[in-house]
Order: sequence, then structure tokens, then C-alpha cells
Amino acid sequence: MSESDHTDITPENVPAPTGEVQQVGVRHGMFGVHGTGDTSGYGGLTRAISYPGEAQRPYGGWYDEVADALEAAVRDGGLEVAAPRVVIHRGEITFHVRREDLPVVAKLLRDDERLRFEFCSGVSGVHYPEDTGRELHAVYHLLSMTHNRRIRLEVTAPDADPHIPSIVAVYPTNDWHERETFDMFGIVFDGHPALTRILMPDDWPGHPQRKDYPLGGIPVEYKGGTVPPPDQRRSYN
Amino acid sequence: MSTDQDLYAGSSDTTEGRVFTVTGQDWDSIVEGLSEEADERIVVNMGPQHPSTHGVLRLILELEGETVTEARCGIGYLHTGIEKNMEFRSWTQGVTFCTRMDYLSPFYNEATYVLGVERLLDIEDQVPEKAQVMRVLLMELNRISSHLVCIATGGMEIGALTVMTIGFRERELVLDLFELITGLRMNHAFIRPGGVAQDLPPGALDEIRGFVALMRKRLPEYADLCNANPIFKARLEGVGHLDLEGCLALGLSGPPLRAAGYPWDLRKTQPYCGYETYDFDVQTWDTADAYGRFRVRLAEMWESLRIIEQAADRLARLDGAPVMVADKKIAWPSQLAVGNDGMGNSLDHIRHIMGESMEALIHHFKLVTEGFRVPAGQAYVPIESPRGELGAHVVSDGGTRPFRAHFRDPSFTNLQATSVMSEGGMVADVIVAIASIDPVMGGVDR
Repeated sequence: MSESDHTDITPENVPAPTGEVQQVGVRHGMFGVHGTGDTSGYGGLTRAISYPGEAQRPYGGWYDEVADALEAAVRDGGLEVAAPRVVIHRGEITFHVRREDLPVVAKLLRDDERLRFEFCSGVSGVHYPEDTGRELHAVYHLLSMTHNRRIRLEVTAPDADPHIPSIVAVYPTNDWHERETFDMFGIVFDGHPALTRILMPDDWPGHPQRKDYPLGGIPVEYKGGTVPPPDQRRSYN
Repeated sequence: MSTDQDLYAGSSDTTEGRVFTVTGQDWDSIVEGLSEEADERIVVNMGPQHPSTHGVLRLILELEGETVTEARCGIGYLHTGIEKNMEFRSWTQGVTFCTRMDYLSPFYNEATYVLGVERLLDIEDQVPEKAQVMRVLLMELNRISSHLVCIATGGMEIGALTVMTIGFRERELVLDLFELITGLRMNHAFIRPGGVAQDLPPGALDEIRGFVALMRKRLPEYADLCNANPIFKARLEGVGHLDLEGCLALGLSGPPLRAAGYPWDLRKTQPYCGYETYDFDVQTWDTADAYGRFRVRLAEMWESLRIIEQAADRLARLDGAPVMVADKKIAWPSQLAVGNDGMGNSLDHIRHIMGESMEALIHHFKLVTEGFRVPAGQAYVPIESPRGELGAHVVSDGGTRPFRAHFRDPSFTNLQATSVMSEGGMVADVIVAIASIDPVMGGVDR
């Protein structure tokens, strides 16, 4: 993948410590049943849901090069800091970018010769209902064919104000990808040339990939019974 | 001929102008109707049920005479919510869903998802060599079958029916191999987190070698039929032109990018499944048009044959090696076998869990119903599918089911180039341009 040798353990090549983990929720019980229905004895079990935390400098390998080049480029561009939070997990680097900075950062990532991320693999939405104030995440995967590197940008928006600037002007390929993310999550990409639904019918209510999207049950022909919707069924959690 | 008598081919007046509905050979009514109108500009709505649009793709074409001035795509007719469904199934069951997305290259859907899950599990180094070789073997066989369909349907759409019949004839041979190895012609769910579902059946290597030998005889037929065929070249050359800048801006990958002259192939640049150990070349062309894409696909099938031969040699050496990760907390507990009633759990395994070991039964039950937990985080491991960069953005919250799985499908992205490839050209060239993108609507709409 990268040019670095896997057996080379000089300090700059050792992965950075991942720092503190970021707790975003709590998991209760074992079997998805709550209240009097839970006879498993595991009802009191709680486990924290935590995501990999912020990485500490030095990141190791080419990560520092990209991070340094990005910081230098944005300072020339008038911003103070490009990515307030950087996460490295399983060999993939994620830059968490403030949403108002996204178009500037994306343009620098594409154009700066030390960065040259020419290729955007589109945007993927993720809905974290328990991540209060930053429920909606838009995740961009960028590829630098010049340097053969991949990075990830992550931008968040609260449910109450689901707006993220569009980067179609920088990466025209994101046209359909942003429409899909709008369709599925309701994230409004400001500045998109024609933000309409793309996969669901034009008059569809709601945004199906959101975690709070109501799911239907299935009626069965037995004394008016129904199979409950998948998110209310008994299941492992 | 009166258009009023045909229930399905009528015309009506709207505020936008006159609307004709044409379903078959009723073009006379349009010609008649248009002669009454002074305006040359018409909007043609092609599809979503049209044999030349590669599945349920709807094209909205604005025409001046026969020249396309604006081309737009309507998609979503095959949206089945696979990504949402995967959030309510275990990590292993997710394979069963995502294999159905791009139905012409099912192994690639499985592989990119499974590679993402394995990265999150941090078991990338523990997947046995034989499983990786079998993945490569199946993916390259799949590349051949997918390119054959592309060339066959592309030929059919321009009237080259022989290309269609021989294309499907060879594809059938690949599907027979899939059936022999996985038990199914499509929807295999064969590549699983930690390895593959099952070892190679006896005799499979001979069949594969026979297939390679046969393909080496048959592939030159395509070159003979098409490469220098004046009609074929006249229809394809210079059509659907998109240069390198256009490809990168619009995110095009795969054969359209390589036909623009850029040798970008993830198997070489960011290898996975051990592709760096195989000997093959990245095929390019320099015309950036539909003809170049055809030549790239044809040449790639030869390269796939080379890889398949190398994989077969390795598999002969790896007889009896494991095909699933050794970690019992992740490895699927049962082995499949062919019984009197078809493929199912092997009788040896059933005897073991039902008759010999209660612990084995509990283990089987827990792993099959509950599944394994995947550490929280996200991963994106793209692979080179026949259509370009296919990647699964896999997000886990530490549970037994995917928190989110999003597929960056190359058909979806590449289809955006329809308008730049066909505007300013003829109506007939739109079909050629789209065929050269090779979109599969199952992958576009997911």
C-alpha cells in the first residue's frame, strides 16, 4: 500500500497511540428485550459504545506529511485549523472538518501539489441519533492518484439544522452522491445545482436511512397478528 | 392509420405541448403528428422499460432533429433498500444481501464488504492463503463473465447479434463454474468474513483449466468479429468521448478511465487479497471512446485468464488447506456438503453438534443466530470491480450488526457521465455511449 516497510519500527513509522476513546452511547442488556419480558438476567448489563479517539502526533508514515501539508495550505487560505480532530483507526486516517470549512478544505486537498486528492469516491451519510448536536455525519473518501494515498473527511450537522455545504463545484462527481445522501438522510447540501431525490420517488415522505425512520410490520393471517417491524423485534444488540 | 384506436399508442395535448405514447412500431403516428407541428424540438422519454437501456434506466432526451441537445437519467426504479436491510441482519448475513446489488459481478460486492469487515475485526493478516486465492479466482472468473455480458449486450444494441449469442454462450461456461464451486449461478453469498464458505469441490481445478484452454480458443473470435469490423468501428469510434480530465472530475473509474490512457487499476496500485503476487498487466487504450472501452474489456479478459491460471496452480498446491480464519469466535462453524436434497450442512457436522458435543451445539447456535461483534469504527476497502472502483463504507458501533453499510458503486458514479458523453451526438449514439459505461441498475439503485 504505502511505500513504508512494515518491518521498519523507527519512531516515525510506528502508529500513533489512539488517545482517548470517544463514548457516544450505552448499550443495555443482551437480547434486545426490556422490562418484564426480559427473563435473561442480563437486563442490568450496560456497556459503553465508544469510537476510536483522537490520534496524537506524530501520526507516523505519510499521515504527518498530509496533515502538515493540509495545515500549511489552509493557513495560506485564511483558516486557522483544517481538521480540529484527526482519527487514525485500522490504518485509515479521518480528518474531522468543520462544515463551514468543507469547500475550502476540499479545494485545497484537490489542488495543492503536496496533497493532490484528484478523485472523490462520493459521500456516504451516517445517522448517529445518540451523538447529540452532531447527529448527521457526511463521510467523504478521497483518493490521491498522484501519491497513491487515501484519506477520509468527516463532517457533521445537527438534526435541527441539517445543512452542509456542497462540494460539487470542486468534485463534480459528488452531484449524484449528494442527491443520494439528501434522499436517504435529509442532509441539505447548500449550493448543490439541483438537490432532488434520486432513488426514492419524488413525493416520498421521510428519509429512509435515518435511524428514526419508521419501519413497517408485516401482517400475518393469524388472529390479526403482525410480525413487528425489524427494529422492534427481539434481537441481539 | 388512426392513433385513437390503439389503446397504448395514443396522443394527448398538454400545456407542455403534444404528448405521444409509443410502445412498439408505432412511429408513423409521431411522424404524422410532427409534420403538423412547426417545432423541431421534441423530448423523448426512453424507458424505464426499454431493451436498449440496460435494465430499468429512464432516459430523458431532448432532441433537435436527430441531435441530442440534453440527456438526463432517471434512476431509482430498482431501489430495494439493501443498505437499510443490512442494518438488521448479522455481519455474516450482510453478504447475502450485498451480493444481490450488482448482479453481474456478485463476488465483487461480497469481497469489498467482507474486506471492510475484516479490517474492522483486525484479522486481515489471519485470513488463510487458500481463501484469498479462491477469492481472486472467483473474482477474475466473474470479471470475464461481466465483461462478456457488457460486450454481448452492447453488441446486441447495435445489431451485432452474433456477438450477443457467443457472449452469452461463454458466460454460461463461467456460470457453470460458479455453480460447481459455490452451488449457485448468482447470489452466491460465498465470500464470508474470515474466508470463504466452502472448500473447492473435487474436480473443480480440472474444470477451471479446461475452461481457460477453451477461452483461449474462443476469445480470438471476438477480436475477429469486432476489432476491425467496419460497421462495428463506425458505430463505436469517437462515440461517447470522455478524456482523462473529464473522467477524474466525474469520478469515473474502470475501463472508461483506462480507455483514456491512464493505467489506474486498484489491483496494481492498492492491492488486496494478494493481487501483488500475481503476474498480469494493466490494459489501456488511448482513444477515450466507446471503441477503446471495448478493446480494454477484451484485453482485460486475457489478463484475467492469466490470473486464473496462476490461481489454479496455487490451489493445486494448497489442497486441504483451511479456507476460513482459525479464530473460532469469528469462523462460521459449519461446513457445507452436497447431500441427497442438495447443498446443506454436512452430515458430519450435524452428527457432531447433535450427537457428540453440547458445547459445539451451543457454539454453533450462538455464532449463527447472534453472530460476532465487530469493534466500533469505520472502514473503506475499495476493490477494482469490472466497472471500476467499488467500495463499501462499513460502520460498526460494536454490535453484532452493521450500523451502516454504504456501497460506492461504480455503475452509479459512471452513469453520471451519460450527459457529457451523449449531448451533441445522435440519438443512436446515446445507446452506444451508455453501453460503453456498462451500468448495472442493480448496482446503481441498490
